[in-house]
Amino acid sequence: MTNRPLPLAHPAGGRANGLRPDLALIADWIAPGSQVLDLGCGDGALLAHLQTAKRCRGYGVEINDEQLLACMRRGVDVIQQDIEAGLGMFHGPSFDVVVLSMAIQMTHQTERVLREMSEVGREGIVSLPNFGHWTHAWSLLRGRMPVSRELPYAWYDTPNLHMSTVRDFEDFLGGLGLTITGRAFLRNGERVGWLPALRSTQAIYRFRRG
Amino acid sequence: MNQPVQNTLLSTPAPGSVGIVTPQRMRFDAPLPLRSGASIAGYELVYETYGTLNAERSNAVLVCHALNAGHHVAGVYADAPDDVGWWDNMVGPGKPVDTGRFFVIGVNNLGSCFGSTGPMSPDPATGRPYGPDFPVVTVEDWVHAQARLADALGIERFAAVMGGSLGGMQALAWSTLYPSRIAHCVAAATAPKLSAQNIAFNEVARRAIITDPEFHGGRFYDHGVVPARGLQVARMIGHITYLSDDVMGEKFGRALRRHVTDTVLRNDYRFTFDVEFEIESYLRYQGEKFSSYFDANTYLLITRALDYFDPALPCGGDLALALAPAQADFLLVSFTTDWRFAPERSREIVEALLANERRVTYAEIDAPHGHDAFLLDDPQYMAVVRGWFDRIDASVRAAAKPTAAARAPAAHAGAQ
Repeated sequence: MTNRPLPLAHPAGGRANGLRPDLALIADWIAPGSQVLDLGCGDGALLAHLQTAKRCRGYGVEINDEQLLACMRRGVDVIQQDIEAGLGMFHGPSFDVVVLSMAIQMTHQTERVLREMSEVGREGIVSLPNFGHWTHAWSLLRGRMPVSRELPYAWYDTPNLHMSTVRDFEDFLGGLGLTITGRAFLRNGERVGWLPALRSTQAIYRFRRG
Repeated sequence: MNQPVQNTLLSTPAPGSVGIVTPQRMRFDAPLPLRSGASIAGYELVYETYGTLNAERSNAVLVCHALNAGHHVAGVYADAPDDVGWWDNMVGPGKPVDTGRFFVIGVNNLGSCFGSTGPMSPDPATGRPYGPDFPVVTVEDWVHAQARLADALGIERFAAVMGGSLGGMQALAWSTLYPSRIAHCVAAATAPKLSAQNIAFNEVARRAIITDPEFHGGRFYDHGVVPARGLQVARMIGHITYLSDDVMGEKFGRALRRHVTDTVLRNDYRFTFDVEFEIESYLRYQGEKFSSYFDANTYLLITRALDYFDPALPCGGDLALALAPAQADFLLVSFTTDWRFAPERSREIVEALLANERRVTYAEIDAPHGHDAFLLDDPQYMAVVRGWFDRIDASVRAAAKPTAAARAPAAHAGAQ
């Protein structure tokens, strides 16, 4: 399978069972016993945590060979597939939650992926880098493309295709007929309370159809 | 004959090999009813075992073979040190299917020509070889016969049943025919049923055999001949479907065959219909080799078993419904350049398992070798199978220690 750049590393011995902060927050939103589909699941850390801590069941979808093996080592069931090849395979089971963490910016057909997420699951959760962070604006003012912890790539060598600000993304969900049922913002892994559109480096949304 | 559960390992000539192995034979007198309505009694199955069955009898792994293989999965024979098992790279000490952990069984299917009762065996009704009278067997029939062998070996439940291609179909059939007797199912480079194109290739192969004048309606044994030309063509066709266009191009390209009379490397054609290209020479060699050891009636039987495999047929084509009885955890593996049983065919199975909310992992291996890849040493493929058997080993151990099992309800937590 083709390789996709690896997602952000989990902080060593960090908070909430060592989960990456956006994943820890996502895990908090998922009810015990849920059936979960994690798209672009990376090393399967979220699902492994949900399986042991919350008795959840589910599958990861991952295209990267190394990450597939990491999922297997964690006892996470994983389907090797490009999420943009469509989620037709997942229409049979009923998922309570479909997660897409820090991967939406890498999708070509972003609208299709979001639409399919809302079709195969009752609820969707997306975490994404906030391009509207003030340091990015500052970089642009200085004539440079932003490079940051969440967006560590040079402009000519980045897997990130579709960047959005918090407001862009909310409009996008609305345009797809999806209702936002929760939102949270992080800056370097810490919750951001005020001026999140400018101060957060990551945004996390949960949404439903209709 | 009911307790032959012994390690057949005698010595270890090569690291990672199970060493010298000895095939064993078991006779079954009770008639086995077959899917066709016929039945077969007094048949024998040849099998080999590697590793040691644990006290709980919970670490047994059944390896199902494909078209031209048999019970000789791993190791070598004392009198034939070059006769290495067909999945020796997969099964052995420290190999992905580690015989230090698992008790592995390779069994030769009914109708084969490698020792189990087949068309070459004497028909008790006539005393002559069965030949064309050997009953048509199906994948399901093989599985029922394998289950009887498991009964005789005292194995109530397999830790895993695994196979590639036609072997993968048997593993799948196990999961629905004996759901409580298989904890994990491993199916590589397989399909839930043959396509029209797959059947077409099989039919060309069968016609090549049946129309060979030496076939004699399947009674060629009586004439002291073998339909070698038919078998050769059948094998040549098979070989084309096992390789990818890329690998064939890389291995042979349009290279011209150098003949013994050539004193210099030729760069022009010979303008004959004799072997001209290297690929022709290769296919002829494979065909001739095959026809020297494979039985023509067995080839017909096994290709028919492939054609007939279609577990969804009684469910109106609904594969999810067909797989609904399965309780095992599944590993499906496909190879990107396999056009015989392409990744889409494995995805059909995965989709059906997902619809049943079964635990399933699916790996799509980027390997250049086409269908044959399931027999070869792709590092990612090996790592995936190894990872899966680590998980199986963890669940075997967790179940063996009741307290540990109680502490790890996820059963696979130990695999971390």
